[in-house]
Amino acid sequence: MSLDSGALAAATSKQPSSHRAGKPALSEGKKAERRLGLWLCAPAAIIMVAVTAYPIIYAVWLSLQRYDLRFPADREFAGLSNYGAVLSSGYWWQAFLITVIITVISVAIEFVLGLALALVMHRTIVGRGLTRTVVLIPYGIVTVVAAFSWQFAWTPDKGYLAAMLSEGSAPLTGQASAIAIIILAEVWKTTPFMALLLMAGLALVPDDLLKAAQVDGAGAWQRLTQIILPMMKPAILVALLFRTLDAFRVFDNIYILTQGSNGTGSVSMLGYDNLFKAFNLGIGSAISVLIFIAVALIALLFIKFFGAAAPGSEPTGKR
Amino acid sequence: MGQPLATRRHGMGRFRALCVGGAALLAAATIAGCGGAAAGPPVLNFYTPADGAKQYAAAAAACTTAANGQYSIVQQTLPKSADDQRLQLARRLVAGDTAVDIMGIDVTWTAEFAEAGWLEKFPADQAAQVKEGTLAGPLDTGTWQGDLWAAPLNTNTQILWYRKDLAPNPPATWDDMIAQSEALAGKGLPAAIEVQGAQYEGLTVWFNTLLTSAGGQVVNEKGDVLIDQGDAAIKATTIMQKVATAKGADPSLSVAKENDGRLAMEAGEAAFQLNYPFVYASINTPPPDGGGGGTFIDSQGKATTQNTGRRVIDEFAWAPYPSVIPGKPATVTIGGLNLGVSSTSLHKDLAFEAVQCLRNRDNQLVNATEGGVPPTLEALYSDPSFQQKYPAWEAIKQSLDNASVRPKTPAYQSISIVLSDALNPPGDINPQQTVAGLADQIRKAENSEGLVP
Repeated sequence: MSLDSGALAAATSKQPSSHRAGKPALSEGKKAERRLGLWLCAPAAIIMVAVTAYPIIYAVWLSLQRYDLRFPADREFAGLSNYGAVLSSGYWWQAFLITVIITVISVAIEFVLGLALALVMHRTIVGRGLTRTVVLIPYGIVTVVAAFSWQFAWTPDKGYLAAMLSEGSAPLTGQASAIAIIILAEVWKTTPFMALLLMAGLALVPDDLLKAAQVDGAGAWQRLTQIILPMMKPAILVALLFRTLDAFRVFDNIYILTQGSNGTGSVSMLGYDNLFKAFNLGIGSAISVLIFIAVALIALLFIKFFGAAAPGSEPTGKR
Repeated sequence: MGQPLATRRHGMGRFRALCVGGAALLAAATIAGCGGAAAGPPVLNFYTPADGAKQYAAAAAACTTAANGQYSIVQQTLPKSADDQRLQLARRLVAGDTAVDIMGIDVTWTAEFAEAGWLEKFPADQAAQVKEGTLAGPLDTGTWQGDLWAAPLNTNTQILWYRKDLAPNPPATWDDMIAQSEALAGKGLPAAIEVQGAQYEGLTVWFNTLLTSAGGQVVNEKGDVLIDQGDAAIKATTIMQKVATAKGADPSLSVAKENDGRLAMEAGEAAFQLNYPFVYASINTPPPDGGGGGTFIDSQGKATTQNTGRRVIDEFAWAPYPSVIPGKPATVTIGGLNLGVSSTSLHKDLAFEAVQCLRNRDNQLVNATEGGVPPTLEALYSDPSFQQKYPAWEAIKQSLDNASVRPKTPAYQSISIVLSDALNPPGDINPQQTVAGLADQIRKAENSEGLVP
């Protein structure tokens, strides 16, 4: 969400500024035309502000208050004390650690598998459309539905996957095994998305270059690491960034598979529980804002780390 | 969800304004609906949990007839899980939904809903009518700070279910039960004590029963945290830890809920089970809905796949819930459903009258015999049709007479989450340390400070 609106804001702010730079003086007619343009844009802009900016600002405002639905009389401004409560709580750091583990492992696996799938899809000559469709099926299935089928599969007595384990084992009830299953469900679900984004990047690699390298005696591995990956850098950035942000906010898979029990809760689960089970709007909003900040930081780090390959700095980097 | 019926018929001023404002956007059919609203009797919306919705709808229909045109009751179904029910009601009430009139609320929500201003207090005459003939324990769950906020509809309580071949003398105390279980395990016989050890509300219920049976309390109505006063909590947590680690304990106790205990008993793996009366109905129900009498057992009492002509049900018996302090009956935590009137209702007077009808003798008897939930009117316990359906009625009644209620506090939900988090897995409990940590966390939850896990 944050990324989409950020990208949109960047896109909208860019156009007028380039106009202004290009045309120093405007005639009466042009001015009227621009006024009309602004008027025509206004409704869309107002709606954008109403549906995105207002809830975000409201959440920040709520996070600065002591506000619990169960104690409406105690509502008051509390400054940053909610943030203090969250950041000094063991529950937050436990959930944060679990979220980071799930994010790092699932994105790493997805990247490797996604790249392999992208290469397969890119190189397929026969039945290209069919291959791509088949690969995309998991991504087309609703996450909650997929999570339920994973849950059944891993439930003792009912599931076909649980039946392959030793008698009486219930993998969803142990912390490590449950996290592994959550990661598996995430990987199964979103690898196709990764593959799709990476395939777009593969299209940027000129065939001539690869052929020339082959003639010069470069092996397949060398071509991959020396030519394909560097040329794909913008696409990789976009793919990893999108997936990392998504994975960090993981909620539905956990909600269905374990409901956060046995120490498998992510930060989003923690926010949900504090908002919708404890009805504590102040603390819950503080958690939401902290997740937002964490996501923004991840995006910043990525762009800094990948440097010039940031989307927008090169025409090819755009999705 | 569509436009609630009550607003369509009665919030005429507001609704007409809405119609005018929204005319451009609304479909022609809806506009036609505005003009056609007839002045019928007020409609009361009755929100109930999904479980038992059939019986509640029947009660709503019966009471509509009985009201003789004064009002009509429409039953509305909430989600299946208690958390989702509470969330949906809270959302409606915070938003001031006038179409919520009567709500079926869990016994643990009374203080929370009352304090948040979502419930309408029962007027003195209505309260007096509710109190008449109602069991004291369930009545206590609807009371907050001395006032009646919700009228008990159903209740529920646990008793001890055991195998009389394995335990000819049912244990009177937890220590006795653990000793018997270990002796059985030593002989290689089914030994497990089945109780709710998973990280959820059921674990809080188990703990609260043990704590109050030992003379303790989590928090009082003034909000004072009493869990670390005296040694009751130490006794309670020690028992929990022992049950989980004793020889012959169920290895999956830390994820066991009510139904897991029932299944273990029916499979012939358990000697004792602390559970609600539904287990009796279940073992008597043929598969796939029930246990069909349980598995076959051999002459020693072990489960077998061979047809020995002897099943678990032949040895299935019940006894009062074991006590913590010898000679002092256990105070079992009760569950159940209460009826409250929403503070957003436009017809509160009628709603109170409807509540009296919805929880009358006939409707409670239907809930008990068809819905499997024990009634809250004392007289029904001597009703032959009830006794026939609940052969264990004496033990159930005794359990209800000694009932304890869960901590009465608006922050109950947070406290329960903290408790079940800290006490799971039961085998890892370190009584001294766990209780000390709990007191601090519960104090924070009580003041709605800090996070819930």
